Amino acid sequence: MAEKLPMLALSPTMEEGIIANWLKKEGDKISSGDVICQIETDKATMDYETTAEGVILKIVVHEGEKAMVGDTIAIVGAKDENITSVLEEPQNAKPAKPSEMPPEKTGSIDREYDKNARESETENRKEQIKASPLAKNIARQHGIDLSLIRGTGPEGRIVKTDIEKYMKEKTGAPVSGISPVLKDQVVELSGKRKIIAERMTESMFSAPHFYLKIKINAGSMLNARNKLNAPLDDKNKISLNAFLIKFTAEAIKKHPVINSSLKGDTLTLHANIDIGIAVELKDGLITPVVRNCAGKGIIQIDRELKQLIEKARNNTIRNDEFTGATFTISNLGSYAIDEFSAIINPPGSAILAIGKISKEPVISEDNSIEIQSVMRVTLSCDHRVIDGATGAKFLAELKNIIENPVNALL
Amino acid sequence: MNSQFNYKVLVIGTGPGGYVAAIRASQLGLKTAVVEKDKLGGVCLNIGCIPSKSLIYQAEVFRSIKQLEHMGAKVDLTGFNYENVFNKSRKSADTLSKGIEYLLKKNNVDVISGEGVITGEHEVTINREKQISAENIVIATGSRPKQIPGFEFDGEYVLSSTDALFIKKLPKSMIILGAGAIGMEFAHIFNAFGVDVHIVELMDYILPMEDRETADVLHKSFLKRGIKISVSTKAVSLNKQNGLVELVTEDKDGNKDSLQADKILVCVGRTPNTDNIGLENINIEVEKGFIPVGDYYRTKLNSVYAIGDAINTPLLAHVASKEGEIVVEHIAGKNPAPAIDPRHIPSAVYSVPEIGSFGYTEEKAKEAGIDYKKAVIPYKASGKSIAVEHTEGIVKIIIDSKTNEILGAHIAGAGAADLIHEILLAKTSELLPQDIATMIHAHPTLSELVMESMRAACGWAVHI
Repeated sequence: MAEKLPMLALSPTMEEGIIANWLKKEGDKISSGDVICQIETDKATMDYETTAEGVILKIVVHEGEKAMVGDTIAIVGAKDENITSVLEEPQNAKPAKPSEMPPEKTGSIDREYDKNARESETENRKEQIKASPLAKNIARQHGIDLSLIRGTGPEGRIVKTDIEKYMKEKTGAPVSGISPVLKDQVVELSGKRKIIAERMTESMFSAPHFYLKIKINAGSMLNARNKLNAPLDDKNKISLNAFLIKFTAEAIKKHPVINSSLKGDTLTLHANIDIGIAVELKDGLITPVVRNCAGKGIIQIDRELKQLIEKARNNTIRNDEFTGATFTISNLGSYAIDEFSAIINPPGSAILAIGKISKEPVISEDNSIEIQSVMRVTLSCDHRVIDGATGAKFLAELKNIIENPVNALL
Repeated sequence: MNSQFNYKVLVIGTGPGGYVAAIRASQLGLKTAVVEKDKLGGVCLNIGCIPSKSLIYQAEVFRSIKQLEHMGAKVDLTGFNYENVFNKSRKSADTLSKGIEYLLKKNNVDVISGEGVITGEHEVTINREKQISAENIVIATGSRPKQIPGFEFDGEYVLSSTDALFIKKLPKSMIILGAGAIGMEFAHIFNAFGVDVHIVELMDYILPMEDRETADVLHKSFLKRGIKISVSTKAVSLNKQNGLVELVTEDKDGNKDSLQADKILVCVGRTPNTDNIGLENINIEVEKGFIPVGDYYRTKLNSVYAIGDAINTPLLAHVASKEGEIVVEHIAGKNPAPAIDPRHIPSAVYSVPEIGSFGYTEEKAKEAGIDYKKAVIPYKASGKSIAVEHTEGIVKIIIDSKTNEILGAHIAGAGAADLIHEILLAKTSELLPQDIATMIHAHPTLSELVMESMRAACGWAVHI
C-alpha cells in the first residue's frame, strides 16, 4: 500500500518548509536513511532523511513550493502501484509512522489547535475575496494581495485581467508626467525571507516592545581586548562580540528574568544562558547560538562563535545551532550605526542592539571634559515579561561590567 | 426621440446573427423589425449548418450497416435512394425555419419580407419602394460560397456547398477543392454514401486552422476509409468534357497531374454579402468585402452596426449570434463586453471523427513565443470509447507553463464538438487544470478523457 511522506518538523520551531531541491525523482527507489530532498526551513537548508522504503510514485510538493509540517510532500509505494485512492484521501488523515512524527508534536496539542484555528481564520478571510483560480494563482506567483484589487468579473469576481491591470499600474505608473524608463523588479521571496517576515511580524505584534537606551564607556573593554589580542595572530584575535556575549551573560546571571520565555500562561526561566548573535547572510540573517555562555570563558565563546558563523555562511549550520536562543545580540557597530532598536527574537524576551563605538567628549563628575569611547546600546524588552525597572537594572549591570570588566569576576 | 423612427432596431438578415439580435433586442424592450429577402434563418438553417448535420447524421446511419452485418443481419440496399436522404435534410431545415418564424412572432419582432437596401443612416428601403426608418440599423447579411476564377459554379459539374446540399442523385466520384471544415464534412458525407472522394488542398495539411495533431487524426481516419487526400497541391485549371470534370493540379515541386471525377465541389471560403446592400449610400467602404467595425460592432456611423459573416470575425453561426447580442445590449444601454474574445470561440468540424477546439493551437502558441506545455490523451485510454467503438481520437490541451492557464483545447474524436465546452467553460471562468482534474466525472463517459487530459497536464494521468 502506498504511503504518504509528510513534511517533517526538522526543527522545534519549524511550522512549514520549502522544498529546496529533490535529490530523488519520481520512479526512483528509496530506502530508509536515504536523503530524498533538501528542505529550506526557518533559517537553513536541511536534509530530509526518509524512513520509508519503496519507489517514489509521485512528488506532490515540487521544488520551490511550500508545505506545512505534516502535509504530504510525496507518495511512496510499490512500482506501478495505483495511487489514486491515496491521492484522494483528505490531507489531514495521514498516519505517519511514529519515527516520522515531528519531535515536538507530543504534548503540544494546544499549539496544533491554535495553528489550525489560525489557518481556518485566514482561509475564511481569503474565501470572502472572490477571485478565479487562475487569478489567485497569478496573484500568488507575484505576491499580490488580492484584497487590493477590484474585480470586474461576474459578481465582482477578480479575474486575470484585473491582476494584469493592477501589476501594470503598479509598475508603470508615470511619475510627474515623465514616463518611467526604469522598471520595478518583482522578486519572489526566498524561504528565509518569508520566514523572517513571518517571525518578525509575529514577534512585533504579539510582544509589546519597549526600549531602554544607555551609553556605555567601552574604553576598558577595548583595553582588555587589546591586551588579550596582542600576543595572538590575526585569525585567533578575540572579537568584540565574544566580549559582549560574555559580559551580557554575566549581567543576565544577576537578572534571570531577562533570560526567559513566555509560553501561554507560563514563564520559563532558562537555566542555561544561550545567546544568539545576528549574522548577516546574502538572503537574510541567521542567529547562531552560543550555548551556556555563563559557564564558558571568553576564548571558548569566541572560538565557538567563529565556527558557527563559518557554518552559517557555508549554509552547513545545523538546525539546533541557530534556534532556541534565550537572549539575542544584534551588533550594527561595524556599519557605523550610532544606535538602533531591534525586534525581539522569539523565544527570547529581550534583545540587545549595539551601536558603533565612537570617541565622544564626556563631562565627568568633576566637570572636566574627557574623551571616551562611547558605545550606545538599546535593550528591547517584551513588556509581558520584563518591566521597565527590571530592564533598567539589567542594563545598569551590563554597563557596570563593561566599564569595569573586573566585575565580571564577582 | 423614439417616435421619430419606425423602429429602435432594424436588422437586415435573419440568419443566426440577425434573428438572435432581433429577439434579444425585443426582449430588452426595443421596438424591432427584421428584413429578410429569402427564408427566415439564413444560410445556417436553410443551406448550411442544419441540413448538413441532417446529412451527416444519415450518413452515420448508412455507415452503421456494417455494424448490422457484423451482427449477422442481411441489409438489402436495393431500394436505397439518396433523394430520400436529401428530402429529410430539407425537412429539418424547413422545420427550423418555421421555428424562427414562431420565435420572432412570439417576441413581437416585425418581419418584413423583401430585399433591404440602406438608403440613409437611419433608413432602409425595401424592394426599392418602401422606406423604413430606424434609430439603429444592424447589418447581418451573412455570406455566400466564394467563387474563384476558372472554377465558377455551374450547379452541375462545379458545385458550391449550397449546390452540394441540394444534390438528389449521388455522383460516382467527386473532387473536393479545399480541406476546410465545409470540405471535410462533405467528404465525410459523400464517402459514407459510397462516392469516391478526392480532397485537394493547397496548404500542407488538411484543416489548416486546426491544431495539427487533431487534423492528423482526421487525415489518417479519412485515408483508412478510402478518401484520397492531396495536400500542398494547387488547382491549376478545370476542363469539363464527356460528362466529367478534369482538374489539373500542381504539387509543390511543380509536378502537374490531372484528376477526373463526376463533379467538383469548391469549398475555398466564403464571400461576405456586403455588395448590393447600399453601403455606398452611407459612405461605408468595405475591406476585402468585410465591413470595418469597432467596439460593439459599430461601423463609423453611430447608427449602423454590422455582425456575423459581414465583418472580419470567424465565420461561425455562434459568433454571429453573440455579436448580435452584444450590439443590441449596447443599444439598450446595458454594459456588454465590447467584443468577443477570439480565444473563447469554440469551433467544430462535424465529420467523423469530429473536431472541437478553441484557443491557441500548438503551432500558434509556438509562433507567439508562449512558454506552453501540452497534454495529449488518446481516446483509447477511455473505457467508454472502447465499448462504443470510437477509439479514434485525442484530447489535447495547451497550458501556460508559468500560470497554468488553459490556452487552448483540441479534441478529435466522437463527441468532440460537445466535449470541448467543459474545457471552454473552465477557460472562460479561469479555472485551472486541477479544477477539472479533481472534479468527479461519471464513469464510463467520454468526458473522462477531458478529466484525464487535465490530470496529464498536472502530471498525474491515471489511465495512460
